[in-house]
Amino acid sequence: MNDTILPMEYDVEAIRADFPILSEAVHGKPLTYLDNGASAQKPRAVIDAMSGAYEHCYANVHRGAYHFSEQTTAAYEDAREIVRAFLNAKSEREVIFAKNATEAINLVAYSLGRGMLKSGDAVIVSEMEHHSNIVPWQLLRDMIGIELRVAPVTDEGELQMDVLATLLEDGKAKLVAITHVSNVLGTITPAKRIVEMAHSAGAKILFDGSQAVMHMTVDVQALDCDFYVFTGHKIYGPTGIGVLYGKEAILDAMPPFLGGGDMISSVTFEKSTWADLPAKFEAGTPPIVEAIGLGAAVKYLAGIGVDKVAAHERDLLTYAMQRLAAVDNLRVIGTAPNKTAVISFVMGEAHPHDVATIIDQQGVCVRAGHHCAEPLMHRMNVVGTARASIGMYNTRAEIDRLAEALDKVNSIFG
Amino acid sequence: MARSIDDLVDDFDLFEDWEERYRYIVDLGKKLPPMPEEEKTEDNKVRGCMSQVWLTCQAVNDQHGDGGDTVLTFRADSDAFIVKGLIAILLELYSGRTPKEIAELDATEALRKLGLESHLSPNRRNGFVAMVDRIRGEAQSRLP
Repeated sequence: MNDTILPMEYDVEAIRADFPILSEAVHGKPLTYLDNGASAQKPRAVIDAMSGAYEHCYANVHRGAYHFSEQTTAAYEDAREIVRAFLNAKSEREVIFAKNATEAINLVAYSLGRGMLKSGDAVIVSEMEHHSNIVPWQLLRDMIGIELRVAPVTDEGELQMDVLATLLEDGKAKLVAITHVSNVLGTITPAKRIVEMAHSAGAKILFDGSQAVMHMTVDVQALDCDFYVFTGHKIYGPTGIGVLYGKEAILDAMPPFLGGGDMISSVTFEKSTWADLPAKFEAGTPPIVEAIGLGAAVKYLAGIGVDKVAAHERDLLTYAMQRLAAVDNLRVIGTAPNKTAVISFVMGEAHPHDVATIIDQQGVCVRAGHHCAEPLMHRMNVVGTARASIGMYNTRAEIDRLAEALDKVNSIFG
Repeated sequence: MARSIDDLVDDFDLFEDWEERYRYIVDLGKKLPPMPEEEKTEDNKVRGCMSQVWLTCQAVNDQHGDGGDTVLTFRADSDAFIVKGLIAILLELYSGRTPKEIAELDATEALRKLGLESHLSPNRRNGFVAMVDRIRGEAQSRLP
C-alpha cells in the first residue's frame, strides 16, 4: 500500500498545525476527530480568507461599479476558477455554486425534469446512495412519472456492474446518478466504466463526489461525466456552499432552477430571458464569502496535493484495519478492495449509538446511525453503523486511540 | 426497577470515573424488562436520529374511580443499551405517578444529580428528549 509515497514525505504534524481546532480537548482528552465524512475541520487559510473578506473587503457581487464590489466579485470568481482547475473543467461556465451537494442534485433533477426527462424515462441510482441522491429522484418520479431503478451492491459493498448493465439495456434510462465514493462503505465506484456504460446506452451520468474530491484526484474531462457535484464543508471548506459541474452544452440546454436576481438577462412582465452560464443557475445573492472560503480550502488541499493526501489516508486505512482486527466483537461493513479511509463497523450487542457515546468520553468523534443511507442499512442487514472517517490530518496515534476506546466498549459491555 | 433515584445518586457518588458510570447505565439497560415485540409499533415509536425508542402509557385508576387518583405507568424500550439505561432511570422518575406529579417533575434536575443532564440537551437527537416530551404530553393531556 505504501508503494508511491513514503509517509516521511507527508508532514502530518505541519498539516495539523494548520487546523486550529485540532488542539482542542474533549472531556479533558485530546480531540480525536474521525467524523470527517460528516464534516471536515477547517484550516487557518479558510478561516482567514473568510474573516478577511468580512473585515477588509466585502460587498455584493456582480452589482456595484465601486471598488469593493469589484474586488469581492473578483474574489468570488477567483474561487470559481480555483474549483474549475481543481476539477479540470473546460470552462468556468461549467462550475455552478450551489448551497451544497443536495441542492446541486435537486437542481439537476428539477431542471432535467422540466423538458429533458419525461414520463417513461428511467433514472438509475445505486443501493448505496445518500438520501440526497435518492429523494430528489423520487420527487421527480412523483412529479412527472419517471421510473427509479436501483443498481444493487454486493455483500462487500461493491456496485454490481452486471446488474447495472442490465438496467441500461432497454434504453429507457436517461440518467445514471451514482455516488463516486460511498459515504458509509468508502467504496470507490468504477467511475470511468460507469460513464462508458451509461453513454453507450444513451444515458447521461451524474456523480455525487461529496465523499470523493478530498480523497482522490477528480478530472471531469478525463471521466467524461455529464454532471459532478460535491459539497464544500467536507473538503475542509465552509458550510453553505457546494458545486455543480455540468458540461456546458447540457447546462446551456437546461431551463433554470430558481428564478430571481442575477440569473436574468432581461425581465418584463411578459417575458424574461436568462443570463448566460454560470449566472443562469445562481439566482439571488450567492453565498459569497462561503465561495471564497471554498476557494481557499481547495487551494489549500491542492497545495498539499490530493495524491499525497490519498497516500497518507491509504496508509492510515491499512493501519486502522490491522488495529481494528484486534478489537473483539467488531465487524467492518464495507470491504471493497478499492475504497477510501471510511470504516463503518458494528460491535456485538452494543448499538452504534452506545459505541459512539462511550468513545466520545475518550475524546473520539465518530458518527453513529444510518448515515442518511437507510436503504443501504437494510441491504447490509444492520440498524446502523458506527463510522470512522479519516481525513488529511489524522494520525496513526489517533487510530490507536480509536482502537483503545473501542476496547473500552467491550470492557463496559463485558 | 428496585432502586429509587436517591439510591442511584448514592451509587453514582461512589463511581470514580465515567467508565464505571457507563458500565452501570449499560447494566441498568440490560436489566430493563424488554417490551414485547408486538408493542414495538410505529405508533409507539419515539423517533430519534441515532437509536430507536418505543414508549407505551397506561392509565391506572384507583378504587375510588373518580379519576383523581389516576396514575400513569410507562413502559419503554430502545435498541441501544445506554438509552435503555437512561430509560430505566426515567421510568423510575415518572412511572406510577399522577399526571399532576409528572407535570411538576423536573427530570433535568434529577439527571443533573446523576451527571447525566447532557443527555437531555435538545441537540442530543437520541430519542431521549422526545421520550420525556411524550411522557409529559401524556400527563398534560390528562390534566383538567
